[in-house]
Amino acid sequence: MGEFKVHRVRFFDYMPTAIRAMAFNAHTERLALARMDGSVEIFNFTDHYFQEKVIPGKDSRSTESLCWVGGRLFSAGLNGEITEYDLENLRPKYSLEAYGGPIWTIISNTQGTQLAIGCEDGTVKLFEVLEEHIQFERNLDRQKGRIISLSWHPSGTHIAAGMMDMIRVFDVPTGHAVQRLLVDRGFGGSKSQETVVWSVAFLSDHTVVSGDSAGKVQVWDGHTGTLVKTHLVTKWDVLALSVSKDESSVVAGTSEGTVIQFQFIAPTLHQQQDKEWVRTRTFKNHTHDVRALAEIETAIVSGGMDTHLVVRPLLEKFDENTEMAEITLAGFDSVLLFFPQRNLVSCAKKAGLLLFQFPGQLELWRLGDSDGHDGRNTVNIVDSFQTKGSDHICCSALSSCGGWLAYSTVSCVRIYRLQTDNNNISITKVSKLPKALRSAHQLCFSSDSSKMFAASSQSSVLVIALTQSECKYVHTLKPKSGQQPIHLMTTSVDGKWLAAANSDCEIRVYNLQKLKLHCIVPVYGSCPSAMGIHPTTNNMTVVHADQQLFEYSIVEKQYTDWSRKLQKQGLHNVWLDRDTPVTHVTFNPKNPNQVVLHDMHMFCIIDQSLPLPDQKTQFYNQMTLRSLSEQERPSHLHAFKICKTFQDLLCVSLLDDQSLVVVERPLLAITSQLPAPVRQKKFAT
Amino acid sequence: MATLFEGFTLCGLVQTQSASDSAIQGIELDGDSDHAVVTDSTRAVTLYKVSDQKPLGSWTVKQGQLLTCPAVFNFQTNEYVVVSDNKVIRVWKEEDLHLDKAFKATVSADVWRVHSAPGGEPVVLFQRGAVRLLDSLLSAPQQPIEDILSEEEKEVIRWSTNIVAEKQHFVLFTTEQKGEHFLYVQRLNPNTLQKYRLEREDSRAPPLSFSASLRDKHINLLYLYPNGCVYQSVVAVQGPVGLEGVQALPRSLRLRLPVGEGELGAASAVALDEAHVAVVGMPHPSARTGKDFLCIWNTNFQTLQADKEMVGRICGQVGILRIVWCYLGKLFVPHGKALSVIPYECQKSSLASALGKLRHPGIAVSKSSVAIPSWNTLLHGDQPQGPTKIVDSRKSVLTVVHLQPFQTGPVEEVRREVEALVSRGDAQDLQLSVGRLACQLVARSQVETAFYAPGALARLVKTQCLCHSMCPDLLLLALEHKDYFLCQLCLQLFPDIPEVVTCACLKTFIGNEVLQTPYSDNLLVPHLKDLNAPQVILFLQYLQFIYLKYSQDVYTQTPVLRSPTMTQIIDWVCLLLDAHFTVLVMAPDAKGLLSNLQSFVKSQVKLFSELGKIEGSLQELHKMKPSKDISQYSIEVIELF
Repeated sequence: MGEFKVHRVRFFDYMPTAIRAMAFNAHTERLALARMDGSVEIFNFTDHYFQEKVIPGKDSRSTESLCWVGGRLFSAGLNGEITEYDLENLRPKYSLEAYGGPIWTIISNTQGTQLAIGCEDGTVKLFEVLEEHIQFERNLDRQKGRIISLSWHPSGTHIAAGMMDMIRVFDVPTGHAVQRLLVDRGFGGSKSQETVVWSVAFLSDHTVVSGDSAGKVQVWDGHTGTLVKTHLVTKWDVLALSVSKDESSVVAGTSEGTVIQFQFIAPTLHQQQDKEWVRTRTFKNHTHDVRALAEIETAIVSGGMDTHLVVRPLLEKFDENTEMAEITLAGFDSVLLFFPQRNLVSCAKKAGLLLFQFPGQLELWRLGDSDGHDGRNTVNIVDSFQTKGSDHICCSALSSCGGWLAYSTVSCVRIYRLQTDNNNISITKVSKLPKALRSAHQLCFSSDSSKMFAASSQSSVLVIALTQSECKYVHTLKPKSGQQPIHLMTTSVDGKWLAAANSDCEIRVYNLQKLKLHCIVPVYGSCPSAMGIHPTTNNMTVVHADQQLFEYSIVEKQYTDWSRKLQKQGLHNVWLDRDTPVTHVTFNPKNPNQVVLHDMHMFCIIDQSLPLPDQKTQFYNQMTLRSLSEQERPSHLHAFKICKTFQDLLCVSLLDDQSLVVVERPLLAITSQLPAPVRQKKFAT
Repeated sequence: MATLFEGFTLCGLVQTQSASDSAIQGIELDGDSDHAVVTDSTRAVTLYKVSDQKPLGSWTVKQGQLLTCPAVFNFQTNEYVVVSDNKVIRVWKEEDLHLDKAFKATVSADVWRVHSAPGGEPVVLFQRGAVRLLDSLLSAPQQPIEDILSEEEKEVIRWSTNIVAEKQHFVLFTTEQKGEHFLYVQRLNPNTLQKYRLEREDSRAPPLSFSASLRDKHINLLYLYPNGCVYQSVVAVQGPVGLEGVQALPRSLRLRLPVGEGELGAASAVALDEAHVAVVGMPHPSARTGKDFLCIWNTNFQTLQADKEMVGRICGQVGILRIVWCYLGKLFVPHGKALSVIPYECQKSSLASALGKLRHPGIAVSKSSVAIPSWNTLLHGDQPQGPTKIVDSRKSVLTVVHLQPFQTGPVEEVRREVEALVSRGDAQDLQLSVGRLACQLVARSQVETAFYAPGALARLVKTQCLCHSMCPDLLLLALEHKDYFLCQLCLQLFPDIPEVVTCACLKTFIGNEVLQTPYSDNLLVPHLKDLNAPQVILFLQYLQFIYLKYSQDVYTQTPVLRSPTMTQIIDWVCLLLDAHFTVLVMAPDAKGLLSNLQSFVKSQVKLFSELGKIEGSLQELHKMKPSKDISQYSIEVIELF
């Protein structure tokens, strides 16, 4: 296939922020995850943990807790506000001041009619959930000391509240505290420190399980207020608890980065009826505090200070009765989600510029002059934009000529004109923008930079014409149906086609000359994670979260023969077993057969002229091919050419001069920027 | 192997009034490795230059006073320290002439011992268990001394020593209280005291001697009981700190010495290294009782490695007293009227050096069931090492066994009897009876030339309870009768065929089996020299043949029980060439063979040098990997195929 010049870029100091809270919606199987910067991410657990939606954060917002009520998502934080999110427009719908000081926790009852929050001022406040809003109902008896954690009894009659040094049980109808459970302080020096009950869980049989800052997981009888069992699990804090749906298992997350499972089982085989809470397993997938936990049907989901989300499968849930359960479990890997599954890097293919998106700023870099043979490859930062206001950037784009730059927050869109002369770039903000352009979920430029497209609410796309002097609103491409936000957008090189995909898995192709819908690609059951339109054939390559790959001819409105052949033969298992989605599709302008794709761990050049690999073919065959002679090679070639030289990839793109740009963000570099984990005594230290 | 060299007398000893008292209280080192500080049992401390057996100085206390603890050398101040009359500590230098004029200090409690070791400050151990550093004690001699051991409970110190680890200083002492024995480990700076209870021996007898050494950050305590058992207990240097109460001290039996009739009176065991123990005051297993020997035993293989008779009575007293000291490769043993110094050497021992070159692990299937004979069994015939109870039962089997048929019966009847015996006996009994029986049958064959029972012998060998040492004539007998089947069987199953016999077999036939017998290089070579030139050439040709055969399919070949390994073949080729090189060079018919072997060696050397290069490159690669600089930006070229 030949040699490629690679710009290996490692200067994107992308730093994900710590995970603070999590809520799993068992009904829709969506996991909502809140980070320290106030952003909220929605993962679809029915679709390969695909990161479906991202709601950008805000400087002043700090989310302490998340809560689903049906399909509605609420959060509360230390700014004292309750926020409901608009999951279709990816922005807060409204925020409500609770007047109780910082809010530590928010929960809902099982019926979904009420919300309860725990406040710094010692009150538990109840809110009624209305159709479009929530309304304050009443306070429960005010306590001395903050309310850190809450758990609602499944029947809705009682609430357990974790506080400092104690747990209170409230009778909801009367609002009175009916039990006071005193929580012991830690041993030794920490005796003088108050114990914070970080998390409580109220089970159907009125058992209260608590996790506290003294490292204990305690089991209480909620009727009598007596302590049943204490498990001292760590020297540090137990920060989070989560109960399985059938209440047979509780997991606890600690500051040591461990997740400890407790199961309600009979301690001996002979006395099956006398069950008790027994510590069973310990998982160590984190290096830092486990702040958020969710035990779902088949897995334990955990996240914390070390920023990555871990889905640890519990296989024995499937085959509880076989003895093989533990063995299979040991061989089953956790899924670790490190990077956002959306573009943070834009690449100007003609100009050799890179745009990096941070929550509060943008960085524009020029790639080194690759003609220089003396090895002095220089790269220079052109400019960095500090966004105004406290809203974080939700998307950004750079035109391929490098002449235009745009970004959007939930409240505004900004467009800049970039002018290059003799290595100096002057940046001018476009002052007058069309009124219709308020905010965008996705931005992209046409390849000749004459138009900009902005994905707006209800899957609509705004077409903006760009000229030297002004930005003019042209049209809104609005589908008849469709509510979900657009998360992918791409245009054809000839400027005729625009494709937009939304999180309902719909891909619409618009004819830009006629400014109307051309066709809808047959809906596939998994969300598209990347797509691109071929520069010469106008065939669209789409990769889905489940790793399936399709090629669709826009002109003929049908899948291409190559795509049919691929589907008929089936993708190689090695391809399908990868656990990170493809996030970019680009093409080689010089060789129409070549499609360039990448996920976090590899990039792949698909050569459509070569035979497809069958299941028996060695899939990763680059090393083998390298060792073969020129004559032997052709018989071993197959279409998928995979390169794993570069790791932790955020972007792989092919510039117009045929050189590859590879943006790496080594996980090690991320880890090294984390604060030091709690000190643990290791053996012999 | 261990060797005891010719010893010499350091000094004569004055007989003490009490016959059971030792004339020597202690022998210590000072700053000069050739010096020994000898404290006698009464009043005198003498400094000797050991190599010259010459006294360099002597100090005595006044009549009426008594030295109550061996003099030690303070390595930090270059002074000698001794205690007289339990309470008076005396400190002097080598140039001081009179002990009376030296510094002295009276302390408030009775001193048991002063201990000193290079790298540590001397420590004073009081009779009631308290420990003080000498310096701090002398700065305030009358300071109150606490009781660690209670007077009422009658707990008394029996033995003590000190150990200086890298940065830690320990004082170890054992006590006796109502028949129970305890070990105290006193750690200094920070001071912690841990008490361990020694397991009680069945006979309830007190240990005769203790010896402590430091190995691999563990204190190894070795102690000997009158019944001949040498136990070892291990205490971690980084031991559990702050454990309350008395811990049980687990022990492991390192050695069971043959004590003959009765029990040992005064005996002492001292660990020389991790595998060797010197024992004084016990009878030699093969000599008649009444004589005392200094023996070095290998505890790993339970073999006697070296011995020396100690003329005269070993001095010692009932109870725990050291009667052997071991410093810098020399053993100091007071016996009779003299203090002898016996240099020794212990080589790193391995089973290979003890028993010859190791068998190939794949072939050593029978190893576990073949009991390696202890010298004891060999020398004493049927006297087993085990407790007497078992001896009785074995004897009973033996009496049942050696009955008429084996003495006089015809070959066929013998075979049947053997078959019956082998099939009914259990492993424990079989071991002995089989050996006995084999010896009888061999002896009978040697007397009656007409009698030879190959079937019965083969059956006995196949029990795998037999080894060459048990019945040394068996293999030779088989050779004599050209019974190659039995020879092969013996070669396969015996772990201990002497090299001379191996060579004898070689002369008669060449087989797979011979190559696999264990051997020691330097012992085999002289015997190999007995082979004549045609034999050597034939053997070499055979070795070359099997080597070529193997090297062709070395990877496909699965290890077969009776095939020698490549290493074994190469070893034999080397040995043969070593033994006969000059002869072979001269012999014209060996020319082709030698040049073949030479070209083979050349190719091997080349191969290994290439492998060495590859190894070097791989190591470089290994080093390169992490150092691969992660720069922020680079332009690289990759090639995809």
